[in-house]
Parts: sequence; structure tokens; C-alpha cells
Amino acid sequence: MVAAAALLAAPAQAGIAGAVQRQPTNWTAILMFAGFVGLTLWITARAARRTRDVSDFYTGGGITGFQNGLAMAGDYCSAASFLGITSQIFNDGYDGLIYATGFLVGWPIVLFLIAEKLRNLGRFTFADVASFRFLQGPVRTFSAVSTLMVVTFYLIAQMVGAGQLIQLLFGLPYLYALVAVGGLMMVYVLFGGMRATSWVQIIKAVMLLSGATALVVGVMAQVGFSFEELFARAVAIKTGLAERAGLSPADAAAKGAAIMGPGGFIKDPVSALSFGFALMLGTAGLPHILMRFFTVPDAREARKSILWATVWIGWFYALTFVLGFGAIVLISLDPAYVGADGVLRGGGNMAVMHLAHAVGGNLFLGFVSAVAFATILAVVAGLTLSAASAVSHDIYASVIRRGRADPARELRVSRITTVVLGLAAVALGVVFERQNVAFMVSLAFALAASGNFPVLVMSLLWSGCTTRGAAWGGAVGLVTAFVLTILSPVVWVSVLGNAQAVFPYSSPAIFSVPAGFLAIWLLSLTDRSPRAALDRAGYPRQRLLSETGLAAGAAAAH
Amino acid sequence: MESPIEDAAEARVAADPRYVELVRDRQRFSWTLTAVTVAAYTGFISLIAFDKPFMARPVAAGATTSIAVLLGIAVLLGTVLVCGVYVRRANGQYDARLAAILADARA
Repeated sequence: MVAAAALLAAPAQAGIAGAVQRQPTNWTAILMFAGFVGLTLWITARAARRTRDVSDFYTGGGITGFQNGLAMAGDYCSAASFLGITSQIFNDGYDGLIYATGFLVGWPIVLFLIAEKLRNLGRFTFADVASFRFLQGPVRTFSAVSTLMVVTFYLIAQMVGAGQLIQLLFGLPYLYALVAVGGLMMVYVLFGGMRATSWVQIIKAVMLLSGATALVVGVMAQVGFSFEELFARAVAIKTGLAERAGLSPADAAAKGAAIMGPGGFIKDPVSALSFGFALMLGTAGLPHILMRFFTVPDAREARKSILWATVWIGWFYALTFVLGFGAIVLISLDPAYVGADGVLRGGGNMAVMHLAHAVGGNLFLGFVSAVAFATILAVVAGLTLSAASAVSHDIYASVIRRGRADPARELRVSRITTVVLGLAAVALGVVFERQNVAFMVSLAFALAASGNFPVLVMSLLWSGCTTRGAAWGGAVGLVTAFVLTILSPVVWVSVLGNAQAVFPYSSPAIFSVPAGFLAIWLLSLTDRSPRAALDRAGYPRQRLLSETGLAAGAAAAH
Repeated sequence: MESPIEDAAEARVAADPRYVELVRDRQRFSWTLTAVTVAAYTGFISLIAFDKPFMARPVAAGATTSIAVLLGIAVLLGTVLVCGVYVRRANGQYDARLAAILADARA
């Protein structure tokens, strides 16, 4: 995820989306990963016996706030951020921390503004909440389209990343990886629904956090557990490398010291703020994250979920920062890991993998590789489940059957959608293999920040919001974000090959988020239809239920 | 679903002055913390965007650790902290007040 973002800002830097070399087949890694798969399939089989109705399928029958917090961390921390942030810090130093803070700082916004209201009003999808007092058809259609767009771009980035990672880590061909990821994800979601998905994410989060923590302890042991020592040695090594490259001692010292401060990632302030806001507000609009609020029984546990998610995700990003500097210190000078040209062996994202090998040998490398692959699986399963529920619950049950769908049929529709999505994900992975997909994760965040987030906030907090405002205003935000991204340098120049970008900034959020809010406000304000009067009249009760959870009793008992 | 408040218990809660007060308090608290979070993060990004030399400065003479590292870690810690502050009050004081209001309305 972050590797994609890194590429967005620094196209010259090799990321997962860059060229990779297939490695020799790594049997330790494959065996450890097989162990993970065996465990998760066993859990899926158990979950399948208890997944009887749609409610089980969408919510998994309820977990605690602590478990949900871990699952959210498992849903959110992708392999690309594990590999991408550490490699970015390995190359350029400090800048990786800018992503880390951006990816974390959206969580309190979710907590303060939407979490408890979302839990109190909704049952299965965030569209339950966004459409609560509105005409179901238009608002649910908007939500489902927006969910499918966000999920599709996120999914393509994950699938292409998975294929390339497998070549790197396991030494297996690209297509094997796609089929393995697509197939396993289908099995988890199809048979185990949310219950299996939650546990895959929880196990993955525990593996990722413990693996990264062990690696950090290994690194810190080599520098006497002193961060000052770690940084000082990293600067000395970067200075030495710059001298070896022929720089004067003064220039080399400056280049070495530069890793301690912000560098080339942020060029103009508008891009910086825009990118920051896309990360922050996009988190609050990601459908697969919002869906996780319905797995806990009440608002109280929903709040706890976020606190725990923030703890684990914050811990994870702090670890990646230390690992990046650890990689500078421990692998930069070793020809086994870094070629004579100063480039990481095996591909630009291998820093943390080499570090694992340097600290704990082949066995630890195998473990960390298995963790990275498990990570992709968990993220992909969460994405698929949220897209499947958008199709079955929002489009099929609420729009097509107008809320009178037979639950057994609704469940069947979500399972069919899962299969279609699994096949589509593999196909898209093949289609985009040689494409630059680096922009797709930041696009997904920008879309979520500009469409879902304004619609949720306005429908929850503004009594004047109407059906027309929510559905069409949200669409304006969504389309603005999409079009501006296409016109921005990462797509217009890097992908489409034009000479000059029409839209000069790296992220559209600073324009498209206000565009979404403004459109909702304006379209609601000027809405004189009879429906608009009903929408506004429904606000007091919606507000009451969202603040008290009076209706959530029914939802929790479903 | 879009009907106005008709249920008797719901109507009693809505009319309860303690409920109005609770919603006002909780809203003020959550918007204050939102403002603090957005301001802190915007400040951090703005420093990176506008004053890189300041950020690259060591925290003390002779040290390698920079102000940027310290502030970055502070943003990570502060994010967790601000969530903890909200959850503590929301799950404690606010939930207790809400439970009392709901119990009276159902009685």
C-alpha cells in the first residue's frame, strides 16, 4: 500500500510495482506459509458450520472490541506497507515516517465522528447508515458503486503486489500467486464469511506484529538498544557510501545527515496537504474498514475496537521506522544483500527481507516471507467480503428486491458475487501485470475520502441533507476525485505517456473532498421535492437512535 | 424507517433534558478532539512542507536524532493517546449517563 504511495511521489524509486527478479524457490517460506493456510482453512471449516444465515455471513456472529481491533489492524496493514516503508527508509531515510503518520491519523477521526453512530444505526454495511432516513434506491446505489470502485482499485494493487511478492519471496511464477490468492480468498469468504475473515485477519495481525517486533529486538540488540546509536551508525554508513561514490567529504556528510530529515518526497505544499488529507479522511471512508464495526455488539465495543486498532497500527508503523534504519545499518555494506551498484538484490522492496535473513537466518526469512503473503490474503479477503455485501445487501436485497429479499437468496447472491470477484481479481491481476498500478491505492483512498466520507458525515450530522444531496453530491465527490487522479502526473504522464499533467498535484483530495461536501450541501439545500421534506423530518429520530443505540438492540439480536 | 419519533420510550428520551445535555457534551468533546488531531497533523505536514531545515535539526548539540524524528513519533503516540482519552470518557462517564437516561425512559 505504502510502496504504491511511495512510487506516486518518487517514480524513480523501485517499488513492488517495479521490476522484480524471480528468486530461487524458498522451501522454508513455502512450508511456513502452508502452515498458516492449514490453520486458516481449519478455522474456515469450523466457521462454515456456524455460518447459517446472512447475518452470520456479514458479521460473523460477534467478536469483542479487542479482537476486532486486531482484525482491523490485520485488514489495514498491508504487505506493501511492511515492505515499502522499510525499503523507502532504507533508501532515503526519514520520508517513510510521513506515510506512517498519515495512515494512522485517520483512525481518531473515525472514532470521534462516525464510529458510535455507525454502530448504533447499521446492521451489515455502511450504506445501512448512509441511507437510513433516505430513499433507499439512490443512496444505496451510490454506496454500492462507490464501494465497488474503491475495492476494485485496492484489489488490483493487492493482486499485482501478491504476484510479484511471490516471485520475490517464494520463487514461484506470477500466475501461481494469483490463483493461490484468489482461490484461498474465495474459500475463506465463501464458506466462512465474516467469521473466517475476522480470524484470518486476527492471526495475520498477530504474526505480523510479533514477527516485526522480534526483528526490531534483533536489530536493537546490535546497537545496544540505543536509538541514538542506531541513527548515528545509519548516518555514518550513508556518509561512507556517499564518499565511496565520489562525493567530497563535506557533501558526503550532508548527504548522510539528510536521512534524519524530510527529503524529496514532499515537493510542493499543496500536494503534501492533499496527500495527507486523502490518507486521513480516506481511512474513514474505506468500506471494508467500516464494515468491521458491525462485527461487535454495541457502540462501546466499537470504540474499544478503534482504540486497539490504533494501538496495533501505530505500533506496526513505529516498528517499520526502526526496521528501515536497521536495514541501513545491518545490510547496506553486505555484498550478499546489496549489489555493487548500491541496489538491493532481488528488487527494490527487499530491505526488510534481507534484514530478517541478516538477523535470524533462513528460518526467520521464511517466517517473515510467510507473514508477508498471509498479510495480502487477509487484506484481499476483507475487501472481497465488503464488495460482496455491497452487491447482495445493498443492490440485490435493498434496491432490486426493495427490502423484501428472501435471506437464503441474499446469502446465495453474496456467495455468487464472491466467486465472480475472485475470478475477476485473478483476471485483473493478469491484465495489469505489466502496468504501473502504483497510483491505485492512493486512488482508492482519494475516492473513499471524497465520496463515502462526505456522505456519511452529512447524513449523520446535518439535518438538512436529502436523498438527492447524498446520492448525487456523493457522486460529484467520487467523480471529481477520479477525474483529477486521471489528469494528475501519476496517471496522465506516467501511465498514459502525455508530456504534461493537466492537474499538477499528486493527490486530488484537497479539492475533491470539499467538492463532495459542497455538492451535497448545495443539492440538498435546493431540493424542494416531497421526498426532501420526508428526509429532513426523519433526522430527529435518526439522531436519537444514532446517539443512544435504541434501535441497535434489534440489530445486535439479529 | 424514516418515520418521526412515535415510540413512547424514544419520545421520553428525546424530551429528557439530561439527554440533550449529554449529546451536547459529547459532541463538543468529539469536535474538540477532532480539531486538535487535524491541527496537530496539519501542523506536522506543514512543517515538512515549509521548513525542512528546522525539521532536520538535531534535538540537542552533538545528537543525531532529529526534531523530525521526535515530532513524527510524537504524532504516532499522540494519535493513540487522543483515542484513549476519548474512549475513556465515552465508555465511562458518557455511557453511564446514557444508561441512567435509558433506564428511566424504559421504567
